[in-house]
Amino acid sequence: MQSHVAPLVIQAAGEGELNPLLPHPIELILSLVVFGILFFAVRKFVVPNFEATFAERTKAIEGGLAAAETKQAEADAKLAELEQQLADARHEAARIREEAREQGAQIVTEMRDQAQAEAARIVESGKAQIEAERQQAVTSLRAEVGSLATTLAGRIVGESLEDDERQARVVERFLTDLESGAPGAR
Amino acid sequence: MSTILMAADEEFTPPSPNDFNLPAVFGDGTFDFLGQAQVAGVTKPMLQIVLAAVLVFVVFYYASRKRAMVPGKFQYVGEEAYGFVRNSMGRDIIGSHDFQRFVPYLFALFFFVLFNNFMATIPFIQFPTFSRSGMVYSLALLSWIIYNGVGIAKHGFLGYLKLQSVPGGVGGPILLLLIPLEFMSNILVRPFTLALRLFANMFAGHLLLILFALGGEYILLHQPLAYAPVGILAWVLFIAVAILEVLIQFLQAYVFVLLNAMYIQGALADEH
Repeated sequence: MQSHVAPLVIQAAGEGELNPLLPHPIELILSLVVFGILFFAVRKFVVPNFEATFAERTKAIEGGLAAAETKQAEADAKLAELEQQLADARHEAARIREEAREQGAQIVTEMRDQAQAEAARIVESGKAQIEAERQQAVTSLRAEVGSLATTLAGRIVGESLEDDERQARVVERFLTDLESGAPGAR
Repeated sequence: MSTILMAADEEFTPPSPNDFNLPAVFGDGTFDFLGQAQVAGVTKPMLQIVLAAVLVFVVFYYASRKRAMVPGKFQYVGEEAYGFVRNSMGRDIIGSHDFQRFVPYLFALFFFVLFNNFMATIPFIQFPTFSRSGMVYSLALLSWIIYNGVGIAKHGFLGYLKLQSVPGGVGGPILLLLIPLEFMSNILVRPFTLALRLFANMFAGHLLLILFALGGEYILLHQPLAYAPVGILAWVLFIAVAILEVLIQFLQAYVFVLLNAMYIQGALADEH
């Protein structure tokens, strides 16, 4: 706005062209002084604030990162511990199962053995009883068969077989013949 | 404005370097310096440079003051801006060992230059502070003192001269040629290129804007109506160039501070 008014004003005042490369001395000094004041003000009041903010922020971020790292490490350790515990528990369970299976098998074997022994014992005692009864039957049969036969034979032959000695002799002979299958008896 | 131009018998007055010599806002008269009659008094760029410094300080003071762990929008923007200079120009160039003590300088310088450059675009101000060469010369001089100063403090005077003037890995008579060249480019020329780059960019950009604005106005007001589209086109170009200027303002501030950082890094380096 003013800029093109200026030459007219200055020319009106009777000045010639000024060389723009030659400095205005007041501007030379003023620029230095103003910049100097700005520099010291900025150095004292602005730069320390920014630097302090940057430093605090860096510290806060680094602190946060360190805390996060610690937390992460703690969590990792806890996870490893839990996994270890879980593995231990699984291992324990497998061991117990194995033991139970072995015990079960053992029990079954024992029971089977016991049952077999019991069965054998029952069979044995049955056999013995049968034998005893048979023996008894044989004995009583022999006694009865003797007296019967003697009676029958006495009737048939009319011979008194009342005599015990004789009687016994006859029965004995008869039985012996019977056992040897003597043809004379036939 | 047009009345002033018409008073100048309707001839087009092209913008000249004198357009950058604004009249005093306060004060009166002129004084002689280096054979030139300079305005005595407070001029607009003088007010601007103070305003820019105050703005830089106030903005960043309030952005940094709360120091919240989770920043609000304002603090976030402040931190990003600070971190941009601190990391991309300080740490990445000077190196993580030494950079911290140069951060206040680089940070203050970057935003000081940037805000002053933006003055060329801010409505109702619209004048680049650093199109005044004197404003830039002192900053370049300061830069020259700083990078040579830290170099001498680290390597000693002769050690520093050797570092900046004798290229490593070269021997024999070619050094006779190289030493003066290196000395020139590393110690003598740097402050001038630094200052002229910033000054000339701001100066030329503003001159271009004046040309488009005044040219468009002249064509619209003092030429036959048939030329009016050309005048409109000039104003459209004015807007386009003004947008381009914003980019240049940022880039020049960036380059100025980046070179500062690189000079410091070179002065602190152990090997050339």
